[in-house]
Amino acid sequence: MYEHDVIVVGAGGAGLRAAVAADEAGADVALVSKLHPVRSHTGAAEGGINAALQEGDDWELHAYDTMKGSDYLGDAPAVETLAKDAPEDTIRLEHWGMPFSREEDGRVSQRPFGGLSYPRTTYAGAETGHHLLHVMYEQVVKRGIPVYDEWYVMDLATTDEDDPNDRECHGVVAYDVQSGKVEGFKANQGVVLATGGPGQAFDHTTNAVSCTGDGHAMAYRAGAPLEDMEFIQFHPTSLPSTGVLISEGVRGEGGILYNNKGERFMFEYGYANNDGELASRDVVARAELTEVNEGRGVNDEYVHLDMRHLGEERIMDRLENILHLAEDFEGVDGLVEPMPVKPGQHYAMGGIETDENGQTCIDGLYAAGECACVSVHGGNRLGGNALPELIVFGKRAGYHAAGKDLGEPQIKTGYGDDIENETDADLPVEPGASGLDQSGGVAADGGVTADTDGLLERTVEQTREHIDYLIEKDDGVQHAEIRSKLQNAMTDYVNVFRTEEGIKKALKIIRECREEYQDVYVDDPSRTFNTDLQQTIETRNLIDVAETIALGALVRNEFRGAHWRQENQIRDDENWLKHTLISWDDGKPSIFYRPVILEGEDKTYEPKVRSY
Amino acid sequence: MSTQQQKPNTQETPEDPEMKGAESPQQERLKEKESDMVDETSVDESELEGDTVLIKVFRYDPEVADKQEPRFDDFHVPFKKGMTVLDAVMYARDTYDSSLTFRHSCRQAVCGSDAFFVNGKQRLGCKTQISELEHPVRIEPLPHQEVVKDLVVDMDHFYDQMHTVEPYFQNEDTPDASDLEEQRQTRENREKVKMSTRCIWCGACMSSCNIAAGDNEYLGPAAINKAYRFAMDNREGEEIKEHRLRILEQEHGVWRCQTQFSCTEVCPKDIPLTEHIQELKREAVKKNLKFW
Repeated sequence: MYEHDVIVVGAGGAGLRAAVAADEAGADVALVSKLHPVRSHTGAAEGGINAALQEGDDWELHAYDTMKGSDYLGDAPAVETLAKDAPEDTIRLEHWGMPFSREEDGRVSQRPFGGLSYPRTTYAGAETGHHLLHVMYEQVVKRGIPVYDEWYVMDLATTDEDDPNDRECHGVVAYDVQSGKVEGFKANQGVVLATGGPGQAFDHTTNAVSCTGDGHAMAYRAGAPLEDMEFIQFHPTSLPSTGVLISEGVRGEGGILYNNKGERFMFEYGYANNDGELASRDVVARAELTEVNEGRGVNDEYVHLDMRHLGEERIMDRLENILHLAEDFEGVDGLVEPMPVKPGQHYAMGGIETDENGQTCIDGLYAAGECACVSVHGGNRLGGNALPELIVFGKRAGYHAAGKDLGEPQIKTGYGDDIENETDADLPVEPGASGLDQSGGVAADGGVTADTDGLLERTVEQTREHIDYLIEKDDGVQHAEIRSKLQNAMTDYVNVFRTEEGIKKALKIIRECREEYQDVYVDDPSRTFNTDLQQTIETRNLIDVAETIALGALVRNEFRGAHWRQENQIRDDENWLKHTLISWDDGKPSIFYRPVILEGEDKTYEPKVRSY
Repeated sequence: MSTQQQKPNTQETPEDPEMKGAESPQQERLKEKESDMVDETSVDESELEGDTVLIKVFRYDPEVADKQEPRFDDFHVPFKKGMTVLDAVMYARDTYDSSLTFRHSCRQAVCGSDAFFVNGKQRLGCKTQISELEHPVRIEPLPHQEVVKDLVVDMDHFYDQMHTVEPYFQNEDTPDASDLEEQRQTRENREKVKMSTRCIWCGACMSSCNIAAGDNEYLGPAAINKAYRFAMDNREGEEIKEHRLRILEQEHGVWRCQTQFSCTEVCPKDIPLTEHIQELKREAVKKNLKFW
């Protein structure tokens, strides 16, 4: 067994930042990650980091833009914390050597981005995430923070009191991918989940194959609610054949979208008469799909993004990486022809419910980065707001887990007096593991045991049995079949445009996946680098996470941010200024709601019509 | 392997799992260059449409009886326009043999996980088009690194070398972050280090370098490039630069490089590695002249 004060699970931007913060606060901290840190998906982020750095800009404008972008589903204390902390934390990256793009006077450059009232997106070419990830890893190396890389965390060691608010998390169980060895990692002070997004729940996604919602699923099964899972961002400019991301920076620098008639449709058809291509991402994604659906798409599939008029010099200076991506993954030379683009799953606004210090309702369990929902992004995340979230809330979670006093949080977590229960959800099938045989620790086991004493050892033992069962089982269904069925269902029915009928179809297919998973087996008998085993476990996590996305999408019958419902195409502030929470309750998801907090430090954000 | 539809055609057992060939790396590389030229012109993508391509994939697993002796398995993969080497091995794994093992994550040449030895050259699987290769396509783990299983190699030595060069920014005089004041850097200086900061730690360069193959302590192109990234960054002071040059000048440092450009040729991010190493040699000479 390994033992540290703080265990950080996941070593992307948020995890690395949390580890550095915990180390600064004097804790013995270690990172445990299924990938070597520099392989993490933060490295694929292109655009930049929003931070109010310049004179004429200030954190209040950043907070306002973020709240408007969220379609008034962000919690003001979270939004304001982000906007206030981002400038200092961005400059700190510069002090750690981050190679930001520069102005003539040697200061860091900032550029316009969608939904921003001021050009505050700080960037390093079109590869900002790559640099952020490497700079953060460098700081971890500098401090000598131990990294258990290629260790796959499978479960949390959490106590099992009835009310999740009374539970405690004492560590994690992981297996060493290289050797197959299962070990417990005891956390004396806290566990920080920083496992990234669940994009692999969808078929067409900009996310890496390792973005499988592991942290979401572990926290969920341990009793921490998942919040606002229905809010999935579809990025307007992904390459059609692979889902590879083309940065919003292209539009930020002046790139233009055209339909098959050569019309600049964002203006011509009135999708965004003021901001055009630089409207918020959800607005642009819906516009593109509407063009395609109305027969104005190119090859009935995509639209064109043209940056040729920017000139080679400017493109090479600020967007060079985009040229390589378009060439390597779509065979298109962005200097001589427009690039084909279409919406692709990109980001989950929702996640594990936390307060502004990163803490969940379970004592000692934290979450930060894309796997968490503070909630900063509400119904829609603005471009350039993911990276500051990683560094700001990664830092806060790391500090708090290490015992640093960050003040009383204003955001509540878990079950409480302010909760409203969902009572009449019309579900087409029974969700969750109910009615399924749970032998062998298959789909959605609880991960909780009776008392704290020896808790970790018992969780280790359960995990070993689970792995043995999967490897020793001789035949059945393979994960790839289930995963691809799940991904197709989500992309077909829980995409940009959603209908009640479609979501119900998705829930039925998810139920089928869960049932098929009862018979899943791992064909590869080896304990050495068994990716078959790892993907089988990831698939279980994807099923749980996809189900919460579909459930949230079904109950939220309104149109807010990235979530559009055919049956009620208006933002329904009277009924829906509240977060959807789904928690795993004895093998079954239970759905409840918590009101959004629109009262900021010294002002209230009144919901306004969101136009760009 | 019960689900495998295309039975593996086991053949060509290499001499050892580390794939150290009998010919000298230099000879091998010359041959590779020739075959590369062929590769780029050999297959017309439209001819492949609707066809299957044959990939021959290296297999090895220390604990599975029929994989302890390294072998190659054949997989026939339906060709699709734009198909990459990574797409092909993923298809083979998900369709024929779920035990086929390789690292991969982002699919867009930024995570650096999937450097393989494809048709005799180090390449990133995700950015290598099947249509640009000679067929059948031979896919092996990176040479000169211990094979863990199939296409997965042990990267520990690579990481150790990266860590040797103190791969982190060092400047004690940074302004106070709470004053929101950054260190100034000219555009020219940022441009100077730009290419060196693009490294994705894929290990292709180290695997291609025959000096690294013969001298286990040689820092290698990636680590030296990492040091270049800091040594040439004016935000670090002169004193730290001298400290960095001292690390690079050691016995297994920059002077080992024989400027064969093999690292530069295989770098998937087009970093001019050999030039960077040469420039550091010149810097080291300049520094030493100062003290003489």
